[in-house]
Amino acid sequence: MLRYTARRLFFALPTLLAISLVVFALLELAPGDPMAQLPQTISADVRAQMREALGLGEAAHIRYTRWLYQLAVVEPMVGIDALFGTAFSEGAPRLLSWQTRAPVMALLGERLPQTLIVVGLAYVIGVIVAIPLGVWSAYRRGGAFDRAATGAAMLSYAVPPFFSGAVLIWLFAITLGWLPSVYDTGLIVRDWDSLVAQIRQMALPVLVLSVQTTAQISRYMRAAMLDALGQDYITAARARGAPEGRVLMAHGLRNSLIPVVSIVAVGAPQIFAGAIVTEQIFGVNGIGALLVSSVQATDIPTIMAITMVLAVLIVAFNLMADLTYGWLDPRIRYD
Amino acid sequence: MLLRSFARSFVTLAALAGPVSALERGRDGTLKILYWQAPTILNPYLSGGIKDIEAASLVLEPLARYGPEGVMRPWLAEDIPTLANGGISADKRSITWRLKPDLTWSDGSAVTAEDIRFTHAYCTAPGGGCSQADKFRGVADVEVLDPLTARVTFDAPRPNPYGPFVGPQAPILQAAQFSACLGPAAASCTEANFAPIGTGPFKVVDFRPGDAVQFEANPGYREPGKPAFADVTFKGGGTPAAAARTVLETGEFDYAWNLQLRPEMLSDMEARGKGRITAAFSTLVERLAFNLTDPDPALGDARSTLAHPHPVLSDADVRRALSMALDRPVMVEIGYGTSGRATCNIIPAPPAYASDANEDCLVQDLDGARAALDTAGWTDSDGDGVRDKEGRPLSLVLQTSTNAVRQDFQVLIKEWWRQIGVETELRNIEPSVFFGADPSSPDTFQKFYADVQMFAGASDGTDPEGYLSTWFCGRAPAPENQWQGANISRWCNPAFDALGEELSGTGGVEARAALARRMNDMLVQSHVVLPLVDRGRVSAHVLSLGGVEMNAWDSELWNIADWTRLPD
Repeated sequence: MLRYTARRLFFALPTLLAISLVVFALLELAPGDPMAQLPQTISADVRAQMREALGLGEAAHIRYTRWLYQLAVVEPMVGIDALFGTAFSEGAPRLLSWQTRAPVMALLGERLPQTLIVVGLAYVIGVIVAIPLGVWSAYRRGGAFDRAATGAAMLSYAVPPFFSGAVLIWLFAITLGWLPSVYDTGLIVRDWDSLVAQIRQMALPVLVLSVQTTAQISRYMRAAMLDALGQDYITAARARGAPEGRVLMAHGLRNSLIPVVSIVAVGAPQIFAGAIVTEQIFGVNGIGALLVSSVQATDIPTIMAITMVLAVLIVAFNLMADLTYGWLDPRIRYD
Repeated sequence: MLLRSFARSFVTLAALAGPVSALERGRDGTLKILYWQAPTILNPYLSGGIKDIEAASLVLEPLARYGPEGVMRPWLAEDIPTLANGGISADKRSITWRLKPDLTWSDGSAVTAEDIRFTHAYCTAPGGGCSQADKFRGVADVEVLDPLTARVTFDAPRPNPYGPFVGPQAPILQAAQFSACLGPAAASCTEANFAPIGTGPFKVVDFRPGDAVQFEANPGYREPGKPAFADVTFKGGGTPAAAARTVLETGEFDYAWNLQLRPEMLSDMEARGKGRITAAFSTLVERLAFNLTDPDPALGDARSTLAHPHPVLSDADVRRALSMALDRPVMVEIGYGTSGRATCNIIPAPPAYASDANEDCLVQDLDGARAALDTAGWTDSDGDGVRDKEGRPLSLVLQTSTNAVRQDFQVLIKEWWRQIGVETELRNIEPSVFFGADPSSPDTFQKFYADVQMFAGASDGTDPEGYLSTWFCGRAPAPENQWQGANISRWCNPAFDALGEELSGTGGVEARAALARRMNDMLVQSHVVLPLVDRGRVSAHVLSLGGVEMNAWDSELWNIADWTRLPD
């Protein structure tokens, strides 16, 4: 197991390096100009000077090497300095966003809380609702509950968030006036009232997102459970006279959770990616909204930083899912 | 001791005078503003984006700015320097600004002429990438004459010397805060760029780039009792439709900026009775520009260059016919509603600068257009519905950026031109590519690898001298200048250039306006560029917000110090 983990970790590095090269090359080849959003009253030579100040005058390989150095060496050192009060990174050039001229990592840090709260909570709620839904659908396969759940799952999986979000805003914010349509990122939960305000502003985006997760995970759960319920050990348990609840929970659910856990784990990095559409609709302004606005403004350092952070997380979570798999199911041996 | 007891009795007196407190600073609580493009930096010299400039205008102020009618008003300056009051030297090479007395920064320190001098040094420092460097072009020196007076000297006579330190793009920075941020160090001053110290009615409390800004009233603001609001929540992000909704339908926000939406959608929202839509007009004109050079791909590197005149559009009669076929009022109705006005001038404002010689373009004249094409020798000889001449069909490529209104306009234009026997192929290009200046991309509006293109442009401020000079002969984009020229049509008329030279040497608003009108007429009457719609700025505010005076010449938030909460 240890050897396997070490080998996987070792191979993760070239994977990430390759991803970074591909991302850089794609952005390099893509059309677009960080000055395109400026008013046309700003003259061409001023634009050229501004591009120069962003470091765009240099050759691509120099920019790539510097970017890699900043991301892999300078930024981790800044993190270490912040944690332990050291001064390794003093004077080193940090990775700066072109839109804000401020460190990209600080920007990500500022955006992460609302993304984690809204998208993370929606993911957790979605999974928690999906598991009993899938279990019961499988247990009562073909019954009214199963058919209703299947229909609901298909519908909510098929309806895109830009539609469901708009409908919910129309209903709850405009017609009924119960909930706000814009998320206030500056709200700090201090007392009962601010907690209520936070719950009210989270309600709609969390609902839109969790419905999507529920739809997806409950299908996997149902399939896995059906698979488990058809196994011999279920028949054996029933033949032994085990009560139905025990058959379902201890024998069925525990075995069928294995594939579901790995799907949940592999899907978890999405939380950090934020929800591009939903964040935009409700003004949550998390990582997803940052990615969109950076793409619109051709803010390449920010786009690359978000993509790389996600790449690292996806590689890490995949590794974690694989390892958990082996631990949950002793039949799987990697060595 | 005496002073203290005097002060105490004064405080008691103030406390006794109860009703005065109704005009206290900050009496109206929180003002909530929504910009669907979020500000990403609050230093206008490093951004140039309108969202950033307007957010910063709550804090940073210039010496003079423009009112809603396009007339300059002294702001931090005591008055506007002119030739008459001696503020502008007789040789027009220098302008002397005098600050209002007793101005302070929000940290309590005094505003001095040294800050003016420093602001020029900041923007012109090499390696800083200052986005407002155009404003300081031709400035030889800024000297401090006394603590309240600064003199700007130009390297040549400047009849219109109101570029530097005028308008929200070029406000005064505090020298003490930015002194370590010159040149390449500009980007490292994150703290200063995110929370500049200013003289305006508000100061920055918290800035979340790309998300929200929290302002509070500047306790040292020069006018007593202002601003009426104690703090401002400046939220960014979302879409224009969502922004309009929060003001006009849910009332969650007090003010929403730049609502370019379908006219009927906006009027439906306004009909709910919660808010009001305001529009103001300056010089932003949606136009069609013709390519006077040949964009034929067969020409290779010589595509769209002066070496090859356009085989069809070099003929002024064809261009005139294409203009006559357009129904500008219909375009306004479909695309802009109250936020647009049909125009035949490339300079539609201020009133003194707007010519009245071109009004006939407002009426569509399809028969006239057909007749003009007939006379020019373009006839439909093979009966396929498309005119031709010497074996060449009258077929044009019309390109523009991807944008719902522009695509509607493309379809309209294609149909009108079909009716006069002109075939049109439509293209739309992603805005960041079209307006980006990447010389390696074939799709930029400067390269103009098409026959006609549609975009909007505006004059910077009220004086059109710099704007008109973009149509000078030597300004055509070409491979030699990395396609950076501003004369998109590649038009050249020495008589126009001569008028432009004359304009740059003429002082006095009347005379300058007369010259500008002549240049405008020369440009639009030769049909090099077809003005379509004079586009306004549209914003919305809730009915309970008072004092909003929409301004298209300056920041929309220019008079936020005067905004109040109206009683129900």
